[in-house]
Amino acid sequence: MLEIKNLNVTVEEKQILKNLNLNIGKGEIHAIMGPNGSGKSTIAHTLAGKPNYNVDSGEVNLNGEDLLSKDPYERSLNGLFLAFQYPIELPGVTNASYLKQIVNAHRKSRKETPIDAGEFLKILKEKSKLLDIPMDMHSRFVNAGFSGGEKKKNEVLQMDLLNPSLIIMDETDSGLDVDALKTTADAINKLRNDERSFIIITHYLRLLEYIEPDYVHVFQNGSVIETGDKTLASRIDQEGYS
Amino acid sequence: MNKVSKDNFTQEKYKYGFVTEIESEKIPKGLNEDVIKLISKKKNEPEWMLEWRLSAFKRLENMSVPKWAKAEIDEIEFQDLYYYSSPKDFKEKPKSLDEVDPKLLETYEKLGIPLKEQKVLAGVAVDAVFDSVSVATTFKEKLNEIGVIFCPISEAIQKHPELVKKYIGSVIPVTDHFYATLNSAVFSDGSFVYIPKGVKCPMELSTYFRINASETGQFERTLIIADEGSYVSYLEGCTAPMRDENQLHAANVELVALDDAEIKYSTVQNWYPGDENGKGGIYNFVTKRGLCKGKNSKISWTQIETGSAITWKYPSCILRGDNSTGEFYSVAITNNYQQADTGTKMIHLGKNTKSRIISKGISAGKSSNTYRGLVSFHKKAKNAKNFTQCDSLLVGSECKANTIPLTENSSNSSSIEHEATTSKISDEQLFYCMQRGLDAEEAQSLIVNGFCKEVLQKLPMEFAVEAQKLVSISLEGSVG
Repeated sequence: MLEIKNLNVTVEEKQILKNLNLNIGKGEIHAIMGPNGSGKSTIAHTLAGKPNYNVDSGEVNLNGEDLLSKDPYERSLNGLFLAFQYPIELPGVTNASYLKQIVNAHRKSRKETPIDAGEFLKILKEKSKLLDIPMDMHSRFVNAGFSGGEKKKNEVLQMDLLNPSLIIMDETDSGLDVDALKTTADAINKLRNDERSFIIITHYLRLLEYIEPDYVHVFQNGSVIETGDKTLASRIDQEGYS
Repeated sequence: MNKVSKDNFTQEKYKYGFVTEIESEKIPKGLNEDVIKLISKKKNEPEWMLEWRLSAFKRLENMSVPKWAKAEIDEIEFQDLYYYSSPKDFKEKPKSLDEVDPKLLETYEKLGIPLKEQKVLAGVAVDAVFDSVSVATTFKEKLNEIGVIFCPISEAIQKHPELVKKYIGSVIPVTDHFYATLNSAVFSDGSFVYIPKGVKCPMELSTYFRINASETGQFERTLIIADEGSYVSYLEGCTAPMRDENQLHAANVELVALDDAEIKYSTVQNWYPGDENGKGGIYNFVTKRGLCKGKNSKISWTQIETGSAITWKYPSCILRGDNSTGEFYSVAITNNYQQADTGTKMIHLGKNTKSRIISKGISAGKSSNTYRGLVSFHKKAKNAKNFTQCDSLLVGSECKANTIPLTENSSNSSSIEHEATTSKISDEQLFYCMQRGLDAEEAQSLIVNGFCKEVLQKLPMEFAVEAQKLVSISLEGSVG
C-alpha cells in the first residue's frame, strides 16, 4: 500500500534521506528505530508533505497513487495520518469544535453531509472513554496547556476519528508515563486491522512491547541499514545501535 | 501551501462590489452654504435644523483635518465631492414597498437583506439607506404599536423634532473635530431610534448602509435614545461597489442611555477595502460615542471591522451615571494595503463606573493595524474599574500591528487592568491543521476565528455566523 523508491530529501540544504527504499503492505506494522539525527522524523514529515522538506528525487505511492504531488491536506484526506511528536497548540480553538471540523473535512471529501452535533458528541464520548480522556478536555483549547500525555492521547483520538489507512507515529511514546503508555497502546491496538498499516517511529523498545511490529527497520544516516522482525528491536535495546 | 492559488480568492473576495445601474440625482459637487441649504431643502427640514447645519459649517471653515491617526491618507479634495445623491425622482420616501424601485429591492436582496414582507428576516427590523436617502424601513408599524420609534433621521427631524432637538449633538458636540463637524453640516441619512420607558425592544433593529454613486461621500447620522429602564440591540452593516477612487464615509453616531437603560450597538463594517494593490476603497472616518447618562445604564459596542481602505474610529462611552457600564468589543482585520486605526475611549465620570475593552487586531498582507485607546478616570469616579485586553495577530511578515493604550487617572480609588499580546499564525499551526485534512484557507480561518471568538460571540445570534464567514473571507489570499 505504501511504496518508497530511491527517496532523497533535503532539509535546509542538508541531505537527510539518502536513497531510501521501503515497502509497506496492507495491515502491516513497521517500526523504525535509529539514533537521534538518523532521519527518522524526516520520513514522517516528508510523507505528510511538510513545507521545506524538499524531495530531490524518488517516488512515493500510497494506495497506487502518487503521494508527493499532493498537498498536505489531500494526503490527509487520502488516508495518511501523522501523529506529531510535539502536537501544536491552537489557542482560542476549542478541542471539540476542532475535532468536529476535521471530521467534517473528511466527510466532505467523501461527499457526505456534515455530522450531526448529537451524533458527534456520542462518538466523541465513546472514543474518549477508550483513551481515558475526560470530556472536559474537549472544551479546552486544542493542546494548549495540555500535559505531554494529554497531547499524545489527543493525537490518538484524532487518529481514531479520521479512520486513516496509513498511520505514522512520530515518537508517540515520548512523554508518556507507564499508565498512559499502556492506555495509548491499547487504543492503538484496537485500531489495528487488515486494511490499516502503521509506521511507528521510536527510540525505545517499550512501545513495541505493547504494539507488536511485523518488521523492524534500523535507520542510520538517512537510509535503512538493517531490517528484521521484532527480535531486532530487543537486540537493539540491549546492544544499542552499532 | 504548495498549490493554494491566490487568484481563486481575489475573484470572489468582495462579493458586494457590484454597482446598481440606477439613475441618480446629485447636488452639484462642492462644499458651501448653498449645498448645505440644498440638502436641507431636499430633506424638507425645518428652519432650526438648517441653522444648526450652517453653524456647524461656519465652525468647519476654521478647522483642519486631524493628522494624528497612524495612517497614510491621501489628501481629500473636499470641494471635489458630491455631498448628496439619491435615486432619481426620489422626492419622498415611498409609503410602501410597492412604490420602491424594484432595482433597489433587488440590490438589497443581492446584499442578503430582503426587504419584502414575505422574505424579511424574522426578528430583525431593517432601515435601508442607499447613498444619501433611506429607501425602506421594515416592521415600522409593528414597533410603533409598543411606542418604539425606528425611522430615518430625516423623518424624525420632521415628526419628532422635540426628541431630535434635545439629543442631537448632545453626545458629539458640533465642534468636536473636523469630520464630526463636517458631518453635522452635511449629514444626509441614518437611523433614529427611540425606546420608551421600560420597553425591551422585542426585535433587533438594524440599518444597512450602501454607497452606490461614484465620487460621493456618505454622511450618515444615527441617533439612538434608550429611555429609563429600556433595552435595545441595534446592528449596522455597510457595503459599497468596487471603484478605483477612494470614497469618503464620515458618520456620526450618538447613543444616549438614561437610568437603567441598556444599548447594545453592533457593527459589521464591510466597506469596499480597495484591491490587492491598494487602489480604491472607502475612507471610513467615523465618530461614535455613547453617553451613559443615567444611573445603572449600560452601553456596549461590538464591532467587526473588515472593510475600508482606511478605518478610523473610536466608539466611546462617557460613563456619567453612577454605576454605569461601558463595553467595547472589537475585531479589526486588515489585509493587503488596508489601514486601521481603531479603539475606544472610556471616560469614567460617575461613581462605581465600569468599563471593559477587548480588542482583537488581525493584520495580513502589507496592512497596518493600530489599537488606540484612552481610559480616563475623573476625580469623582470613585471605585471606577477598567479591564483592557488588546491582542494582535500577525499573518505573514510584512504587516504591522501597534497598540497605543493611554490612561488618565485622577481618582485614587480606581483600578485599571491591562493585558496585551502579540502573536503570529505559525507555519507549524497551519501544517498541523492541514495534516488533519483542512486546506490552507480553512486552517487559517480556524485559527483566526479562534483568536477572535470572544468578540464574535457578542454579536446578535442572527449575525454571528455571517461575521464568522466574513472574517475568513477577509483574509483570503493571505496564505501562501
